[in-house]
Amino acid sequence: MRGLIVGLFAGLLAGAFAYTMGEPHIDAAIAIEEAGAAHTHDHGDAAASSEEEEPLVSRNGQRAGLFLATTLYGVALGGIFAVGFTLLRRKLRTGNDSYAALGLAAAGFIGIVLVPFLKYPPNPPAVGDPETITRRTVTYLLTLVIGLLAVWAGVAASRWAARYGDIARPAGGVAAFLVTIVAAYLILPSINEVPGSFPATLLWQFRFASLGTQATLWLLLGFGYAVAVDRRLSRQKVVAA
Amino acid sequence: MAAPARTLAVPAVSPRLLAVALLSVGLMLMLGYLVAFDQGAVSQSGMYLHELMHDGRHLLGVPCH
Repeated sequence: MRGLIVGLFAGLLAGAFAYTMGEPHIDAAIAIEEAGAAHTHDHGDAAASSEEEEPLVSRNGQRAGLFLATTLYGVALGGIFAVGFTLLRRKLRTGNDSYAALGLAAAGFIGIVLVPFLKYPPNPPAVGDPETITRRTVTYLLTLVIGLLAVWAGVAASRWAARYGDIARPAGGVAAFLVTIVAAYLILPSINEVPGSFPATLLWQFRFASLGTQATLWLLLGFGYAVAVDRRLSRQKVVAA
Repeated sequence: MAAPARTLAVPAVSPRLLAVALLSVGLMLMLGYLVAFDQGAVSQSGMYLHELMHDGRHLLGVPCH
């Protein structure tokens, strides 16, 4: 329950971040798409040109939908996070629930955001071939799974390596993590569908806005959950006293 | 209270807890799917939700067209 509420707020705030940081780039990308008219996909603005059909959702509707999307996504992540926390809590070797929540959020961010981001960076509208969407979706989901596996491998390896000394512990963890993702990156096909004419600056502004949105979401999720756990803890103590 | 606990009393992983956990994860994945990938197959709303949450999906890094 707490996870859901924290996720809700994290999602809302991530939406606010995305709105301020990301929307200008999306608008700019759509402008390029319209100018080029490379392919037709409903981006709302289509209404601007008279011969095209009425868009299903207006651009303003899509801007509001942005909040809906990030909020629902935040709630879903928060719920999964809370379940993961409950199930994994005994295996996290820290005596402090708040640290455990932060650690879990960091692991989730690395596995679910950073690893896919580095292999398949997100693209703004107007980039990407509709023909390959299935393949790109599957490979994207694969990188999610691989990211989580890599984090798990890193943690497992660092625990195993701990017996060889203080340096071996982080070194073993990082090595296992890197080996996993490098192998995965090499095996998975690389996809580059950015048209040569698409401005690189805009592309990367969009990508960093996307990364920032997700970082906001996970950061707030981690800290929010840590605070929620802490407050519940102190309430329990009052009852116990 | 023995030691000043810094952790909540985490319930042991019982079959009941596991069932609840799996159920809620399933629900959440459904919700995530709705945001990220659905194009009307599940929501029965045609492309409406898909288009509505379009910008969010792009910014959350999910591949799209």
